[in-house]
Amino acid sequence: MNAPATVEKLQPKDYATDQEVRWCPGCGDYAILKGVQKAMADMQADPAKTVFVSGIGCAARFPYYMATYGFHTIHGRAPAFATGIKLANPELDVWVVGGDGDNLSIGGNHLMHILRRNVDVQMLLFNNEIYGLTKGQYSPTSRVGTRSPSTPAGSVDSPVSATQFALGVNARFVARAVDTQQKQMPGILARAKAHKGASFVEIFQNCIVYNDGVFDRFTDKSVVADAQIYVEHGKPLLFGKDNDKGLRLDPKTLTLAVVTLGQDGVSEDDILVHDETNKAMAQLLAAMEPPDFPVAIGVLYCNPAGTSYEAAVRGQIEAASANGKAPSLNDVLRRGSTWSVD
Amino acid sequence: MTTALKVTPKETPRQELESVVVRFAGDSGDGMQLTGSQFTLATALAGNDLATFPDFPAEIRAPIGTTFGVSAFQINFGSRKIATSGDAPDVLVAMNPAALKVNLGDVKSGGHVILDVGTFNERNLKKAGYDADPRSDGSLDDYQVLEIDISKFTLEAVKGMGVTNKEALRSKNLWTLGLIYWMYDRDRSPTVKWLEGKFAKRPDIAQTNIAALNAGHAFGETAELPGFAGFSVAPATIAPGLYRTVTGAEAISWGLVAGTQLADVKLTFASYPITPASSILHVLAGMKQFGITTFQAEDEIAAACAAIGASYAGSLGVTSSSGPGVALKMEAIGLAISTELPLVVVNSQRAGPSTGLPTKTEQSDLYQAVFGRNADAPLVVLATRSPADCFDTAIEAVRLATKYMTPVMLLTDGYLANASEPWLIPDMDSYEPFPVKFHTETEGFHPFQRDETTLARVWAVPGTPGLEHRIGGIEKSYDSGHISYEPDNHQKMTDTRKGKIDGIANDIPEQTVEQGNDSGALAVVGWGSTYGPISRAVGNMQGRGLDVSHIHLRHIWPLPRNLGDLLRGYKQVLVPEMNTGQLVTVLRAEYLVDAQGLNKVSGKPFKITEIEDAIAARLEN
Repeated sequence: MNAPATVEKLQPKDYATDQEVRWCPGCGDYAILKGVQKAMADMQADPAKTVFVSGIGCAARFPYYMATYGFHTIHGRAPAFATGIKLANPELDVWVVGGDGDNLSIGGNHLMHILRRNVDVQMLLFNNEIYGLTKGQYSPTSRVGTRSPSTPAGSVDSPVSATQFALGVNARFVARAVDTQQKQMPGILARAKAHKGASFVEIFQNCIVYNDGVFDRFTDKSVVADAQIYVEHGKPLLFGKDNDKGLRLDPKTLTLAVVTLGQDGVSEDDILVHDETNKAMAQLLAAMEPPDFPVAIGVLYCNPAGTSYEAAVRGQIEAASANGKAPSLNDVLRRGSTWSVD
Repeated sequence: MTTALKVTPKETPRQELESVVVRFAGDSGDGMQLTGSQFTLATALAGNDLATFPDFPAEIRAPIGTTFGVSAFQINFGSRKIATSGDAPDVLVAMNPAALKVNLGDVKSGGHVILDVGTFNERNLKKAGYDADPRSDGSLDDYQVLEIDISKFTLEAVKGMGVTNKEALRSKNLWTLGLIYWMYDRDRSPTVKWLEGKFAKRPDIAQTNIAALNAGHAFGETAELPGFAGFSVAPATIAPGLYRTVTGAEAISWGLVAGTQLADVKLTFASYPITPASSILHVLAGMKQFGITTFQAEDEIAAACAAIGASYAGSLGVTSSSGPGVALKMEAIGLAISTELPLVVVNSQRAGPSTGLPTKTEQSDLYQAVFGRNADAPLVVLATRSPADCFDTAIEAVRLATKYMTPVMLLTDGYLANASEPWLIPDMDSYEPFPVKFHTETEGFHPFQRDETTLARVWAVPGTPGLEHRIGGIEKSYDSGHISYEPDNHQKMTDTRKGKIDGIANDIPEQTVEQGNDSGALAVVGWGSTYGPISRAVGNMQGRGLDVSHIHLRHIWPLPRNLGDLLRGYKQVLVPEMNTGQLVTVLRAEYLVDAQGLNKVSGKPFKITEIEDAIAARLEN
């Protein structure tokens, strides 16, 4: 920014635009917007160098409410626009925002490629397991049996797990957050931004109109302690309101089991310690579902590669430019077989 | 490296010809494209004007000896101006029965047919679909046939050079090239030099090929070949200067680089492989030293979106495809129209619909380019007329895209992409730069502020302090750039987007007449790669005393501002197109003129005679 050195610290409200927010009252998106603005202020992100890119859907309105640069594009393709932006100017900090339909249905292909290419962006997927903007049809993350205007007898197709998909296509940063859990979200977003390469964050978001309470089984205040586990690198995977439940690996079946400290001789030594660089562990954690397991929240996987995609592309260009003199198109046109006519 | 060469015709008792059409045809693996391109170079060095047309199968490696595996390369060269690759070959070189089967029908009656009879065995004849040997059933009676066992001669020529039989037989095409070099008195040394460079790591292979080339040449000199005495084609009168051959794909790529240099903006090229457009991606991927970013996207849509993203971030985004791929890009192009971002979309048209004939040419995407989007979504459409013309047209595309903040569709086609012609190499210093200006002024800024004259909005790129703003596909307020659902505002914005594109008619040259009078009995109006045959046909018919003119459009949308008046000055208007009548419909709709179509969709370019016949039918009754 070209601000004077004495400028005051930017506050969360400084990242808000003057535009009237048009989500339904009570939508989880409000909480996420608040969490992102808080994270921006925590990081003192430069609004001039920050770009929010979105596709289509309720979540995709997000850029209009951020006082940064913003590009509201077309359905499912935001990752491709973001890739072009990073290729043109790797200095920009690019955040891509979209819902489960945008990212996993029409845009599943682009999500796959931006993650496996490892473009240095933050992909925020607001998962509400429903199509909101088109008025309530089931989505690719809806559980089997979801009744909706397009599936009045219940959906019959299996949902996709966003985090397992991300790990499957070789994303190197995979995390989860919950819209209303504001104590955790800014920290998770800060980790996502700090990661060099593509960062994928699934945010469970309640759609108050078409899918209200779909995540209550692990987000309701009465169950959260037992139905969620907040994972942190280097710490034992313990949860529960008394913090006495834990995850133990059965080495014979390569499966996890929930155990209780002090029962059947279980001690803290039996509990897995979270290693966020361990992909096998991340895959086990991502697959956990209630009621048998808690839902894993936090940074499931973070294993940076040497370089991000756009940096590698830029590296090749710089290497080519470094070889020899400043290039002349006139020279290129005259290279090879030429002849002169008098 | 420049090979400057003074052209001095050799004094020989050879038969003088004004122009010749030679077609090399063989199996995909016979190296016919290489043979053709080497002959092209030798012919250019001999001072002839020329045009070429490669015609290869869609299959990468079709089964050997089949008709669908036949690959051909045609060259037309002469001592006069050459506008097309020629209607009918004077000489056909057929390396196997399938090549003869596919190509014989095109050869001029009485023309020369050279056969590698080493391949004319029962198995190959059957594979080519011959019931009887065409050499003995009278089907070659109309031609002067030269039967040579090229396979055998090649093996003999390279005997003892330490290569396998298989490697030796790969030099058959060089032996054949040597013979053709002798027939037309061409200098072998550039090909020798080229072989030495190409096989620098395998000198044995280079020497084998050179031996074959020399042996073919010696065969021509020494053998008594009835009807195959040498020919000579005098140098053409060509504008002085330094020349090279160039394909359309090369010229477009270099034109895009030139355009972005003149615009002082970085080039980001995003594409997904598709025939016949991929070569542009290949050329630009090899020009990283110019700071060019190329991106092979996951699909056509992502390629368009990444290009638009790059433009949003202050680069010039360019994407390229063929018709089916452009169809996929259209929603994204609509966003670029709505957000008023510069973008160049190159469409190397091919025969369709759907997959159609991927390696064959057509110009049937004019409707798609001009009209093929949802809603009122105008953009600029340009068309290239020849391989060399691709360079300047690409520069014009960059100029209009950046000056007017608009997508520009640049139409070329499979013929132009692959065909090559001599090109008077331009001097970049002679082009007027048109540098872009990124907006930086924060006072009173909003993203849809416009230039009063061009109506182009400001280009404010992320990273610029104080200009943080949001844009998108939802309608914007004319006055603030914020989302607006106001009815009157949508009318105003739609009118403004249309007015901006319409106004470009004032910033492009008035339409000129290529040949003939600027009013009269008949105007032949073309666009794109029909330039060659129309230009030659109109010239020929003027020679026969007919009042016919040739008008050729580069600017398809908006059309040149004087075009309506110009067309109304002719009693008749004829529009030859390789489609079922697209430009003709646009001209009729725009100007209420009684333009008539001449249409062909066989996957092959127009023949000069087809256009001559159509002109004659209208003027000689």
